[in-house]
Amino acid sequence: MSAPRDKLGRPIVVVTGMGVVTSLGAGKQDNWAKLTAGESGIRTVTRFPIDGLKTTMAGTVDFVTVDPFSSTGLTERLAEMATGEALEQAAIGARADFPGPLFLAVAPVEVEWPQRLELGRAVGRTEFGYEDMLRVSGGGRFTAYHRRFMFGSIASHLAETFGTKGSPISLSTACASGATAIQLGVEAIRRGEADAALCVGTDGSVNPEAMVRFSLLSALSTQNDPPQAASRPFSKNRDGFVMAEGAGAMVLESYESAIARGAKILGVVAGCGELTDSFHRTRSSPDGKPIIGCMRKTLADAGLEPEQIDHINAHGTATPENDKMEYNTTAVVFGEHLPKIPVSSNKSMVGHTISAAGAVEAVFSLLTLEHQRIPPTINYEIPDPAILFDVVGNKARDAKVTAVMSNSFGFGGQNASLILTREPV
Amino acid sequence: MTEPKSAGAKEVWITGIGIVSSLGEGLDAHWDALSAGKINIDEKRFAPYIVHPLAPVTFDAQIPKKGDQRQMEAWQRIGTYAAGLALDSAGLKGNKEILGRMDMIVAAGGGERDIAVDAAILSADARGNSSPGFLNERLMNDLRPTLFLAQLSNLLAGNIAIVHGVCGTSRTFMGEEAASIDAARIALARIEAGQSDIALVGAAHNGERSDLLVLYEFGDFNLTEKFSPVWQREDRSGFALGSAGCFLVLEAREHAEARGAKPYAKLTKVVADLAQRKQPGAVTKSLEALWPKLGIVDDSGTLITGATGVEPVTSDEKAFLRQHPGFAVRATGTIFGHTLETQFPLGLALAALSISRGALFPPNDPTGLEVEKAGSPDQIVVVGAGHWQGEGMALVEAIK
Repeated sequence: MSAPRDKLGRPIVVVTGMGVVTSLGAGKQDNWAKLTAGESGIRTVTRFPIDGLKTTMAGTVDFVTVDPFSSTGLTERLAEMATGEALEQAAIGARADFPGPLFLAVAPVEVEWPQRLELGRAVGRTEFGYEDMLRVSGGGRFTAYHRRFMFGSIASHLAETFGTKGSPISLSTACASGATAIQLGVEAIRRGEADAALCVGTDGSVNPEAMVRFSLLSALSTQNDPPQAASRPFSKNRDGFVMAEGAGAMVLESYESAIARGAKILGVVAGCGELTDSFHRTRSSPDGKPIIGCMRKTLADAGLEPEQIDHINAHGTATPENDKMEYNTTAVVFGEHLPKIPVSSNKSMVGHTISAAGAVEAVFSLLTLEHQRIPPTINYEIPDPAILFDVVGNKARDAKVTAVMSNSFGFGGQNASLILTREPV
Repeated sequence: MTEPKSAGAKEVWITGIGIVSSLGEGLDAHWDALSAGKINIDEKRFAPYIVHPLAPVTFDAQIPKKGDQRQMEAWQRIGTYAAGLALDSAGLKGNKEILGRMDMIVAAGGGERDIAVDAAILSADARGNSSPGFLNERLMNDLRPTLFLAQLSNLLAGNIAIVHGVCGTSRTFMGEEAASIDAARIALARIEAGQSDIALVGAAHNGERSDLLVLYEFGDFNLTEKFSPVWQREDRSGFALGSAGCFLVLEAREHAEARGAKPYAKLTKVVADLAQRKQPGAVTKSLEALWPKLGIVDDSGTLITGATGVEPVTSDEKAFLRQHPGFAVRATGTIFGHTLETQFPLGLALAALSISRGALFPPNDPTGLEVEKAGSPDQIVVVGAGHWQGEGMALVEAIK
């Protein structure tokens, strides 16, 4: 008998393991309990001084510590935790011997301020430039910082720890990165190149310069008090996103290989799609065509009609522009069916986990399918009258959910969507 | 000559090449410079560190809007420029129908820091000005609001989309040298499998950055004082950072033929590895393990490597090359410097260019490792081993 295939004759890609860490907690159980209870993980930042910042809250993962601290080190640790959980659930391969490639969505890496300050102090002068820092950089004193601040360092650490095969891929498509990592895994399995793939999105980059950067672009909410109420997707009084940390990990497998080893199937990645917007570095094309095209490509990839989607896990960042654009484009794609689709944004509670968001929200989408319960969009007190989504406001909702579309949009014209189902379609 | 592909795998042609580097811009300029054995280094600007500076380029030719140029850091301008050259060379510039569904995989690092802002903050810190909000206030006041976008890794791809209209899909791989090996590998696999018809693949690197020199100096990787070819650096190990951008248009043969595109060569195979380099000789073993995957049967041929000149990886690579004494070797690192993410696309580009010109460019190496090679190359192996991790290999072949 030939292997089970999807409508387009490709191997069906299923999920057999998932792991997640967010500001709400570590692990699926803790996250799901808090998510469906409408709890917020957003809090006033205590990791570094907030004096002089316009935005003083974030969804930091404060219960995980790394020593010596760096955002890159935290990012690595979060990925390790989520991956560990996913592999334990999938029970695939042997310990430290995962039988497939790694696709890692990760924030760009750079030397960070604590290390830069340490280097500056090593110069021993009170007025100096990079040429002076260069003179004290070598000789072995800072060797560890070369390794730590290479872009590929997190992926190589994970590859070594979990024994993934081949050259691990680190990628960025900005806020769509997590979805892209899953898409790359799906494509590898569909090509028959791998029976399994480990797809991880991770981000631990709440640090002063990262917050300042987004702040200078006027992208962040400044509704600092109380921090739990800052992230207000689809609300009239939304004013920006809330930076957050977290990681999501998924073990993808071909249906055939999962069945052959008797693995429990948690869900199906039925479709993926992406379409680039060339309009502007940070803004979407006003006609929304790239986003509309992205969702339509994803439906076509899954072989589904808009009427077959019964929940949308929105990008829903709570920036004035994103939510409006997301509604306008979604309305075009789903037409008259849209009012029947409950929409929710996990970012109201966990904040925007940036590079990890696509992966974290894919995990939450599969948990939604498993529990037949949609987590709420909290802080939904003053609905935006221009956004006519059926928002799952403030309280979780039980619903029949068979197919979820999860959307991710990012700076640089990045648009990516996933369709996740409980059963093969 | 090569191992059979999986049933139905499509042939992939290289139909566009764009290069800008320390040697100049475009294919003719590069061919002339390579043939003349030209090397362009700057020993003064970052002395004692040596860099291969970008040749003078009029960015307006590929990035007509000054506003776009201002939004970019140098690495993005270099890359956007090279991408434009590649699209020109493929005859695709302005072809909205194809550009609108063209896939793109960019291998990227990040952009330059605001050196003056950093230095002012660090100097103030050294003078004891470190109240709790000091760093925040300086960053909030002194950073240019759009600098972030000029630094973000995926914004090279974003700029290529904006300036050239490449807007099918856009993916950015990171991870130094390995990122571009994987970019080529994934783009090739997608086209072979019918997941993509045409893709723009490449990278850009600005080697004239003191913040990057600091980063590599942490690991004592920089070449200082005296320039020497990469094969002559055992006693003074190091790389000289090079500025370069290189993009390739990869295309399914059927797609290229249907639009009457002229190929430079075909890309037959790209393979990659992540050796655990803690073990001595790991890179030699890794390259030896990758070699048979190319499916080469001849024991003589041509090989272009991005060998960096840092140790121990360069000696490991030499040990691998000694196993294949029939291959004429060329090292791009001597000529262009180390261009990190651009290393591998540059090797692919020079292989395709050599095949299309029916000759291999002359050696540039007094140690005798590189030898003259007459005749028209049918196959060129491209090797890329990262300075600290990541190994890859590709096979570029003439179309018969």
